Amino acid sequence: MYPTTYHRPSSLAEASRLFAEAGDAAYISGGHTLLPAMKTRLAAPENLIDLRHVPELRGIEVTSENVSIGAGTTHHAVSQSGAIRQAIPTLAAMAGTIGDAAVRTLGTIGGSVANNDPAADYPAAVLALSGTIITDRRTIPADAFFRGLYETALEEGEIVTRLSFRLPEAAGYAKFRNPASRYPMAGVFIARHRGGEVRVAVTGAGNDGVFRVPEMEAALARDFSAGALKGITVSPAAMLSDIHGTAAYRANLVGVMARRAMENLGSAVAID
Amino acid sequence: MARVKLTVNGSEVSREVEDRTLLVQFLRDHLGLTGTHVGCDTSQCGACVVHLDGHAAKSCTILAVQAAGASVTTIEGLADGDRLHPVQAAFREHHGLQCGFCTPGMIMTAVDMINRHAGRLDEKTVRHELEGNICRCTGYQNIVKSVLAAADEMRPGLSLSGLQAAE
Repeated sequence: MYPTTYHRPSSLAEASRLFAEAGDAAYISGGHTLLPAMKTRLAAPENLIDLRHVPELRGIEVTSENVSIGAGTTHHAVSQSGAIRQAIPTLAAMAGTIGDAAVRTLGTIGGSVANNDPAADYPAAVLALSGTIITDRRTIPADAFFRGLYETALEEGEIVTRLSFRLPEAAGYAKFRNPASRYPMAGVFIARHRGGEVRVAVTGAGNDGVFRVPEMEAALARDFSAGALKGITVSPAAMLSDIHGTAAYRANLVGVMARRAMENLGSAVAID
Repeated sequence: MARVKLTVNGSEVSREVEDRTLLVQFLRDHLGLTGTHVGCDTSQCGACVVHLDGHAAKSCTILAVQAAGASVTTIEGLADGDRLHPVQAAFREHHGLQCGFCTPGMIMTAVDMINRHAGRLDEKTVRHELEGNICRCTGYQNIVKSVLAAADEMRPGLSLSGLQAAE
């Protein structure tokens, strides 16, 4: 790791000011993506601004309409939250499948969403649950937030402060894990919202990051059952292809995981 | 450089270290606590697991300065003098190791796991919970056996802090 200078702000305003003044800075929260990248010298920010002690990024609030989660909330905290388990059980269960227990102690929801790793779980949840990304500057709907591999609508220095999710009538998540890295090779989050809208979001498989599948959404809006997905495929042309799996393999996995998600509504399944 | 103060195994420590110092380097190189191992350096193997404010964390994936102010427990902090912690005793009794390299991380993960589940564990759960700890020798059989035996041992006398951590 190249040398870096650590800063620990105690408010959102201080974090933002430090970032602007420091030059070549990166925010760090759980650090479970950034630190590994720094250790391999793929990233080398001269300044690290630690968001773990910023009180504005804390807290879980549940209303009859929404679940709002502070960006600094760890995967462990989301998975164990009684309020989230009751409101959106699939979301809590999904958080409990990220990485391993020690990773979940530190990794945060805000970091995962802001980083937009093409194989992260949270982007699929945010997109399918019609989430809203709240920052220190504005509010961004999920459909306008994710912009390809590791790319988001965030501006330089902008901080994700909260994630807000619409309470669905039903939701399910299924992923097939890479046997070595344990990241999903395809993860499908399906949610049916009040008014009948169905959203299907896929992570891990697409060559441009998380994406929705309109054909599946339309079919499930007519008939919200696993059987309704029969015959619907996604194009291999839009899939990642690497030593772990071809594009055709991943395209097939998307269909299988969508079916598994529908068969496991109210939970999240990680398939090895 | 940064002055890093934290509590390690119940004692306050303070050292002047480079900001880029990982917690595991701080423990091993600056405090001489070499029980915590570095196996992979990519956050996957779990040989470096310690408890950070009571929860299992990979000390290769947090900077020492980030941990400043926190309370850290390492494998050296588990035993009570000559009396082994129940998980350590179970690993010895059931031979939950061969070369021993992964053992400190396995034990720290096992203690956290038993606390979170209030000692109520079955084989499937233990295997699932060992996701983040890699052993290249044992085939895991005796590790699982050791964790289950320790959970049985600890269940009746679980500490209040252990039960709270499970909630």
